[in-house]
Amino acid sequence: KWAVMCLLLRSGFHLMVVLLELPEMHQMMRQTCRDYADRELGPIAGKLDKEHLFPAQQVRELGAMGVMAVEVPEALGGAGMDYLAYSLAVEEISRGCGSTGCVVSVNNSLYIGPILKFGTQKQKEQWITPFTTGEKVGCFALSEPGNGSDAGAASTLARQEGEEWVLNGTKAWITNSWDASATVIFATTDKSLKHKGISAFLVPMPHPGLSLGKKEDKLGIRATSTANLILEDCRIPLGNMLGSRGSGFKIAMQTLDSGRIGIASQALGIAQAALDCAADYAHKRTAFGAPIGKLQAVQFKLADMAVAVESARLLTWKAAMLKDAKKPFTKEAAMAKLAASEAATFCGHQSIQVLGGMGYVTDMPAERHYRDARITEIYEGTSEIQRLVIAGQLLKEYAS
Amino acid sequence: YIVTIRVKPDHSGVVTDGVKHSMNPFCEIAVEEAVKLKEKKFIKEVVAVSCGPTQVTETIRTALAMGCDRGIHVEVSGKDYEAMGPLQIAKIFAALAKKEEASLVILGKQAIDDDCNQTGQMTAALLDWPQGTFASEVTIDGEKVKVVREIDGGLETIKISMPAVLTADLRLNTPRYATLPNIMKAKKKKIANMKPADLGVDMVSRVEVLRVDEPPTRLAGVKVETVDDLVAKLKANGTI
Repeated sequence: KWAVMCLLLRSGFHLMVVLLELPEMHQMMRQTCRDYADRELGPIAGKLDKEHLFPAQQVRELGAMGVMAVEVPEALGGAGMDYLAYSLAVEEISRGCGSTGCVVSVNNSLYIGPILKFGTQKQKEQWITPFTTGEKVGCFALSEPGNGSDAGAASTLARQEGEEWVLNGTKAWITNSWDASATVIFATTDKSLKHKGISAFLVPMPHPGLSLGKKEDKLGIRATSTANLILEDCRIPLGNMLGSRGSGFKIAMQTLDSGRIGIASQALGIAQAALDCAADYAHKRTAFGAPIGKLQAVQFKLADMAVAVESARLLTWKAAMLKDAKKPFTKEAAMAKLAASEAATFCGHQSIQVLGGMGYVTDMPAERHYRDARITEIYEGTSEIQRLVIAGQLLKEYAS
Repeated sequence: YIVTIRVKPDHSGVVTDGVKHSMNPFCEIAVEEAVKLKEKKFIKEVVAVSCGPTQVTETIRTALAMGCDRGIHVEVSGKDYEAMGPLQIAKIFAALAKKEEASLVILGKQAIDDDCNQTGQMTAALLDWPQGTFASEVTIDGEKVKVVREIDGGLETIKISMPAVLTADLRLNTPRYATLPNIMKAKKKKIANMKPADLGVDMVSRVEVLRVDEPPTRLAGVKVETVDDLVAKLKANGTI
């Protein structure tokens, strides 16, 4: 049974109505994504990881299903569904392949997200519609070699020259970089205004003045490309600014708020896959004369894993539903991302432990889940940043 | 479709409670073929039909999400559902085909739970319509249908007049995944509700299941050194 919590706020008094099942449409959507992940992603995930292959064909197929642009209105080429549906989709896809789930999440939340929210109609048509089909994916360039968590210190600069913006600087750790056809990129337009002097820009890829650094050799999500974006007098039309001048930091923070739900969902998928692997093994592997699932030591691990995943899942759904209800969701999204990413690393770790030696070799997917899980505690806001966000929100609530 | 099937303790059947049910894979292929024929403009409307308890509507919705226009849920539950077999379903389908003035009835060649492979054939017989079973290729040519059938000896091509019954085999097509926009659209499509009695169908089964058992556990084999030894052993245990 899937519990959905519907939060009704009435003059500072919280009412929680617990429904027994996800709405039918969401169940169907979840099932179609699960079927796709089981049949098309599960069988190739190991190969994609081993050979660092971008799942181009799968991304196209997911695009045809509407998964690459879940929240985008149909008029712009998307599926026109809500964020809860998006969360379910990312979780199911990630369960099949953590890397593919990452590509889906980055395209939906980090690239399309800000353009959908802050773009003009013309920008939406130009920069979103071609990215709904899976033919093209986008990326999000905020981090720099000199600042990750310290996002307000953007040293990439943008100066106006006539009818153009000229960008200079380096962005680091950009997911999808080698496979993307466009980026939402953040640069300082007014250094004296500090974080209020950062603006967001849309840059096509490839583009003169924009080059890519070497592909990073990562621990996990190896089917995605991660590299530096190097801007050397990269010229773009004035119309390529996203949102108003100086609103870049706000755009980034709001985008990451939603993006956190996407990453939480990715982490849930990886955690669930790790749990599935361990539980299945516990049934089949015998030791001391019986399946190891009979041993309390193993049972306790499985129980702890299940609680970690399910509680993170409910936090994630709550955050998604708050967003869909247009209520504040910053705290809940941070809680979801924190809980889900720590659940993923926990489940990845325990899954290997349940499998013993088999968990350490590539014959079983446990080691890949362990490696894929690790990034979820780092990108789109480290666990430490999430804690600061949560504490900040909490203290605000108690201050009044 | 990897599920651990357990025989009920009273040996009256298999445990279905709590087991995830989904559209029969051959029926998925049938739905896909029907939707493709509509997309190619050979047919005007595709109606998805299923007989069973309430949960069956989920499967009908999946068919709607794949592109069917509307659904019909024939409610059968409880003892009637447990006793329901190909003949009862065929009677329902025949009655509906006449009522809806269908030009084609397309179904999976068999259900993967009972492997009966009878419903399509019985439906055609009850309607006195031609049948193209085990279809691996379907082409509509005016008022006729060319069907390539997979049979033991190879492939057989037949041409039958519509209205007709077709049953889908594995290689007929690859069913599409329901896309998110189509799932949204499916919400607005109608599913009509009816009972077998509304169609004048009596659900009494002429077949009584006496007992269901698991297959015997596989015994260890024996290795022999030569072909002569093999023949001798087979003769000794009465196999040849």
